[in-house]
Amino acid sequence: MRAVIIIFPGSNRERDVCAALALVTGREPVRVWHRDTAMPESDLIVLPGGFAYGDYLRCGAMAAHSPVMSEVRERAAKGTPVLGICNGFQILAEARMLPGALLPNRSLRFTCRDVHLCVENNQTIFTCGYEVGQTIRVPVAHHDGNYTAESDTLDRLEDRGLVAFRYCGPDGELSEAGNFNGSARAIAGIFNDSRTVLGLMPHLENAVDPLLGGTDGRAFFEGLVGALQ
Amino acid sequence: MKGGSNVTPALAAEHGLTEEEFDRTVGILGHVPNMTELGIFSAMWSEHCSYKSSKVWLKTLPTTGPRVICGPGENAGVIDIGDGEAVVFKIESHNHPSFIEPYQGAATGVGGILRDVFTMGARPIAILDSLHFGSPDHARTRHLVAGVVSGIGGYGNCVGVPTVGGECEFHPCYDGNILVNAMCVGIVRTDRIFYSAAAGPGNPVIYVGAKTGRDGIHGATMASAEFGADAGEKRPTVQVGDPFTEKLLIEACLELMEGDAIVAIQDMGAAGLTSSSVEMAGKGGLGIELDLDRVPLRETGMSAYEIMLSESQERMLMILRPGGEAEARRIFAKWELDFAVIGRVTETGRLVLRMNGDIAADIPVEPLVTAAPVYQRPWLRRHPEPEIDPASIPDRDPLDCLRRLMASPTLASKRWIWEQYDHLVMANTVKRPGGDAAVVRVSATGKALALATDCTPRYCRADPVRGGAQAVAESWRNLTAVGAEPLALTDNMNFGNPERPEIMGEFAGAIEGMREACLALDYPVVSGNVSLYNETNGSAILPTPVIGGVGLVANVQNVVDLALKRDGDALILIGETSGHLGCSLYLREIESSEAGPPPPIDLAAERRNGDFVRRVIRAGHAVACHDLSDGGLFAAVAEMAMTGGRGVVLDPIPSDLPSNAYLFGEDQARYIVETADPDTVLELARAAGVPAHVIGAVSGVALTLSGAGAISVEALRAANEAWLPDYMAQA
Repeated sequence: MRAVIIIFPGSNRERDVCAALALVTGREPVRVWHRDTAMPESDLIVLPGGFAYGDYLRCGAMAAHSPVMSEVRERAAKGTPVLGICNGFQILAEARMLPGALLPNRSLRFTCRDVHLCVENNQTIFTCGYEVGQTIRVPVAHHDGNYTAESDTLDRLEDRGLVAFRYCGPDGELSEAGNFNGSARAIAGIFNDSRTVLGLMPHLENAVDPLLGGTDGRAFFEGLVGALQ
Repeated sequence: MKGGSNVTPALAAEHGLTEEEFDRTVGILGHVPNMTELGIFSAMWSEHCSYKSSKVWLKTLPTTGPRVICGPGENAGVIDIGDGEAVVFKIESHNHPSFIEPYQGAATGVGGILRDVFTMGARPIAILDSLHFGSPDHARTRHLVAGVVSGIGGYGNCVGVPTVGGECEFHPCYDGNILVNAMCVGIVRTDRIFYSAAAGPGNPVIYVGAKTGRDGIHGATMASAEFGADAGEKRPTVQVGDPFTEKLLIEACLELMEGDAIVAIQDMGAAGLTSSSVEMAGKGGLGIELDLDRVPLRETGMSAYEIMLSESQERMLMILRPGGEAEARRIFAKWELDFAVIGRVTETGRLVLRMNGDIAADIPVEPLVTAAPVYQRPWLRRHPEPEIDPASIPDRDPLDCLRRLMASPTLASKRWIWEQYDHLVMANTVKRPGGDAAVVRVSATGKALALATDCTPRYCRADPVRGGAQAVAESWRNLTAVGAEPLALTDNMNFGNPERPEIMGEFAGAIEGMREACLALDYPVVSGNVSLYNETNGSAILPTPVIGGVGLVANVQNVVDLALKRDGDALILIGETSGHLGCSLYLREIESSEAGPPPPIDLAAERRNGDFVRRVIRAGHAVACHDLSDGGLFAAVAEMAMTGGRGVVLDPIPSDLPSNAYLFGEDQARYIVETADPDTVLELARAAGVPAHVIGAVSGVALTLSGAGAISVEALRAANEAWLPDYMAQA
């Protein structure tokens, strides 16, 4: 499985996702600088977390217009899976590759902590390592993760099974407290229509090593790599 | 040079130079300095840059050891951790700017300390922050806490370096003068360490990073004076941070450092282009010529004076090898950063600045650096506080006292703060904030670093010598409690006005205590920062020598934390308990008294007990460990219980001590270890001559104290977690 990690100026969690993929595949992903004209062929494109362009205009807004994004869009249209994590999700939303937008957290504060997620759909290359309804504990680290979209967009996401993960309590229950950032319908991650593009706020890549406090993210990468091999 | 100078002694005084210091500048130059020269002298000879009041004392600290690669004097200290790797670290204050403009002040504090570390070739891997705020009841405190915390987070989160630890204290002495000390730790290959001494006459001097603006002009001078009522008017001297540019600068510098283009490199921190160019030339024993017309500027019409004293952030000065320019230019263009050749190294030993076809300044470097004044300031030692008579302290319900202590500002959970910091990015955080020390894995090896910051200012006020020794000992103990071998420390000396003998006495005393502890514990000082004049309207802060400690864990699988793990395990108290309540948190929070001397420090016992605890952890006999400090034994047990979500049944209190003295006394050199094998641990302790005995067992979901009742761990945790968020939520 060949993965390409796109590096924008200000990306800062590329190491984390590279380490997670390397752990599962035994192979270091290729890092591509956003101005590199030739992106190697790959089985997976990852937009990592960070603060691309400092997130100065709006999170992900400037990176969405980086030259590399038209290539990402074309590859995605041809079926190459694209995974956007945190800032990567914000970029995919700004690039209109996924619907909706990420607003500041309800608390208006950056929040770094473990949260619980409920797996909503496992019939995808990304989530096939999980059971539907499974509760996992993984970290978040963001200021703008409050997912929002118009209600008919939200209805459409739900009807078509495009919600990947929802924030929940430790026992999988949906609650105000579990939905810590105030996201619409507690949405933590969504797919595009073909379920080959996933954007999510939590850092599953920071939950693959027992030494670092949890391994609930590992099944995500194992499932994904298995599906792509 | 054009015409005569109109600089007068009065103008020099406004720049913080005394009449004697001004005369000295005239002697060095052979004429009255012009404005630019005056600005340069005033910055270089400010307390902040010259350490003129503290130098004679700092020199007495131990700074060497078998692992020390580089001690104080460079951008940061460097310690060998084996396998061709070294740890680079330093702590630095941004107190005055953070009081004036908390968000930017704290943010640029983080930016500055990051640069000190990556300037030496190291990739920053962790940030810690030691924060001291005024009374929670003070009108400005909430605003300052909110601003400082979001400033630290805003910067650290964006550059992608985890903020893994630190401390946060409240005391009315900081009402008008908060402390924001930031520590950065990085990793470097030992054959890739970069220094700042200029070399090679003719080599180009390169400016990289952000453009120069009018922000922060004379920040170093501001940091060298007391605040008056006009503190708010100094807002324009606070710099504005841009973490995005810093992130690019880190990546560009580290990329360039993989090659051999760089001869020397120095970040532009306090006093900006002035201190960086003067220090590089001074260390190399050479001269530097700068063409100020080539400095990338953000604003038009800036004078030589403004360019030289600007503290615009995210800028570096480098000296390249001949022919290294093309490679450097390519890398900085890739990262879209400014890059300009602004001068060259010379053999003249002079700093020569050209602008608009004129010479704007011409100063011999050597006297500018070495003739800076050094003061033996008069100092007075404080009378020791009389001992407290234990019988004078009323009996109180220990469980109620514990609940109050755990919900006090000092012991209350600081989760509200550290959850605003990305403490996980880089995927190496083994032990997160909230424990004795954070533990960060050093990639690709089984090694890890333990990191902590410590100080107990109330001890330092009551007895500066003991307080200084205790700060070092507690730092050493915190690293030991996770199983690490303490390597070295960085110190941030925060004090009041050194021109007052009682303040200078606090400084001298703290250094004396630190020195004794560093020697006894083989724990050298390899970098640091001095922040004096922490006073507002003549009222000084408590002496606050913050110790940033770094320890090494050979095998990361062996680290422990303080969370209780298993019902039935025994808790063993290591160390001697005499019930010392003088100067304790208990007295302050429960009896509203700060009286009494701090606990005595027995450095031999400290060493013996700590070495023993480390051995027990490494042998796998301890599944949890916690050092005893604020709040004594009972607070430590409560913290272990809350973190592990388990209860404890404590054995009856020894009859020879008043119960609250036993429970809350702050005797030093003590730890609690949780073990499934108490017999082995006690036997090992006997053999090592270390006092140790079982004090209770892990059991259930409550803290139970025979004769006093029980309190549920969940109730304690609720009180402990609630204080800070509740406080911050009040309008």
